Amino acid sequence: MPTVALFVTCLVDAFRPSVGMAAIKLLEDAGCEVVVPEGQTCCGQPGYNSGERAAAITIARRVVAMLEPYEYVVVPSGSCGGMIAKHYPELFVDDAEWGLRAKAVAKKTHELTAFLTGGLGITSVTARFPAKATYHDSCSALREMGVRAQPRKLLGTVEGLTLTELSERDACCGFGGTFAVKYPDISNAIVEKKTADVAATGAELLISGDMGCLLNMAGKLKREGSKVQVRHVAEVLTGMTELPAIGEARRP
Amino acid sequence: MTADGTLFSARVSGAIADPQLQQALSNVRRRFVASRAAAKAALPEWGALSDEARAIKDHVLAHLDLYLEAWEQKATAAGAKVHWASTAADARDIVLGICRQAGAKTVTKGKSMVAEEIHLNQHLEANGITPVETDLGEYIIQLRGEMPSHIIAPAVHLTKAQVEADFRKAHTNLALDRSMAEPRELVAEARGILRDKFLAADVGITGANFLIAETGSSVIVTNEGNGDLTQVLPRVHVVVTSIEKVVPTLEDVSVILRLLARSATGQEISTYTTFSTGLRRPGDPDGPEAYHVVVVDNGRSELLGTALQAVLRCIRCGACMNHCPVYQAIGGHAYGAVYAGPIGAVLTPALNGVMAAKDLPNATPFCGRCEEVCPMQIPLPGMMRHFREEQVKLAKAPVSQRAGLAVWAWLAGRPRLYRLAARAGMRVLEMIGGRAGRIRSLPLATGWTRHRDLPAPEGRTFHDLWAERQRARGKA
Repeated sequence: MPTVALFVTCLVDAFRPSVGMAAIKLLEDAGCEVVVPEGQTCCGQPGYNSGERAAAITIARRVVAMLEPYEYVVVPSGSCGGMIAKHYPELFVDDAEWGLRAKAVAKKTHELTAFLTGGLGITSVTARFPAKATYHDSCSALREMGVRAQPRKLLGTVEGLTLTELSERDACCGFGGTFAVKYPDISNAIVEKKTADVAATGAELLISGDMGCLLNMAGKLKREGSKVQVRHVAEVLTGMTELPAIGEARRP
Repeated sequence: MTADGTLFSARVSGAIADPQLQQALSNVRRRFVASRAAAKAALPEWGALSDEARAIKDHVLAHLDLYLEAWEQKATAAGAKVHWASTAADARDIVLGICRQAGAKTVTKGKSMVAEEIHLNQHLEANGITPVETDLGEYIIQLRGEMPSHIIAPAVHLTKAQVEADFRKAHTNLALDRSMAEPRELVAEARGILRDKFLAADVGITGANFLIAETGSSVIVTNEGNGDLTQVLPRVHVVVTSIEKVVPTLEDVSVILRLLARSATGQEISTYTTFSTGLRRPGDPDGPEAYHVVVVDNGRSELLGTALQAVLRCIRCGACMNHCPVYQAIGGHAYGAVYAGPIGAVLTPALNGVMAAKDLPNATPFCGRCEEVCPMQIPLPGMMRHFREEQVKLAKAPVSQRAGLAVWAWLAGRPRLYRLAARAGMRVLEMIGGRAGRIRSLPLATGWTRHRDLPAPEGRTFHDLWAERQRARGKA
């Protein structure tokens, strides 16, 4: 039974804890022992992408040391996963010791659906989620973690779920971390195209694997008065139909 | 070529609110992106070609002095006069000197981004020489007094109707009842006007996509054939280009050519690919009596041996712009620089200094598509991040951003405090969200809530739920 360290990410921790619990369920159902290493906060990406390299390095050292003892690290996000797997080694290009340690952690860090299908060889899930859905590939999942087919493969086995593709599958949603608040007008122009694309599919459910994109797209869809529900892939793969979708009204 | 913050945001707002621009930009998304994808799909060896092209340029950049000297020797032997210009001002003066020596009144110009970079037209005009742009897009923006908004499609920000209106205004003898609704009718009109200009010009100025060390040649690719008329008809041909365009051999050119047009427009090859080597020889039916090549540095050699050297691999295909969500949203002019899009967000500060383009490397969501589609594999997002780091080092990043990130970094290193803050913060947001489950306006997050709601958090943090589960299982 492989032991898996869950790096839950700061956005899931704060905004959508159920995604973390869903990830644990998926991993445990697949026969893993899941641990949540103590002392997790953030992967350092906001600082790294804002030019605060020194701060990012300090945080990366903490995370590397924290994750070193485990066989596998799984992240329910392509973005934070990409930070650890792709950018940590870049942060330590001038530091031989930490460079090696960061590379070792990078190698065993996986995005959730990629780990389920690749590392564990899972081909189906037992879940029911009746909906006509579409899937948004987060840029980092797609380009940094090579995630495209994996979530679709698992979603294809969810009872009652049908998937229709967006017309621009490779297009960004306009989130980009601090970009969304620093350049709100550009970010909005980008997410408007995404929500129009979502509407054109006729889907009633929008699924993605990154909380940042999800908060952005859900926030825009709700502002537009759209009925489309927005969920993290882990919620759908565990059939969490009871939980209100992201940005959706509470059930009384 | 500056991009001050306030000006940038004003240009962005203007661009987003301009329906004609938005209509024109939707063509970029539809046309270029789909054509490139089809061209790439039809070429199984794309990856290998791209690796080879990158290796060619990396090799040249590592030995740039040698290849430039080798090229100069061959070019001179073929009759070229080679001029080295270390700054834009030097380059302008050299070209002006050549034009004066030729007694030129009008010069025709093929499309050249380096000529745009050194602001050649303004300099010639100020000195009594009339430059006539002969590339259709360049011709249109010259009529409008604008900069190009795209590397390969300078007038891509305009709709057909706008071009028709410009032609009717500028070409006063154009009959009102003559149809100008179709692109080919616009082309015919421009062609008619330009024929006379080609014949009248004393000097023809073109750019160069490549300089070939092996043969001393310069190469241009065009789709309209205007470049050929520009360089063949006048007595004097001036090439304005830059140092990183040199490649060792003809074979190398053919490798990169296979990627260039496919990446740019999805064509297998441009309609015209023209190799120029020296002067008109006895028996040649045409060709110039004098052939000058002005090789511009303008900050490029400073990039050699630095983290930014790879940007000199750029072959100016424009694929990064076509695929960029920011470019697609705001167009080229909003960048406020000669080079727009992701390549402009790197080249502008690389050539003009970090503070000459504060916003450009910041105003991107780092989606990574530019790097993915770049045939020369230039790590554009990483280079933009480099400039963000430079701004922080120079203490030029916005104070509010630095302060916010300092608090964040401090908390991120203190998990207990971080938990308390997250727990309290999420409780508050959950309460504000209330039954609606979303927040329409939040005083400290107006950047977010200006255009979209903030989905409310569930209320409890994951780490609290996890701790509870562990306690229930007797593991805490």
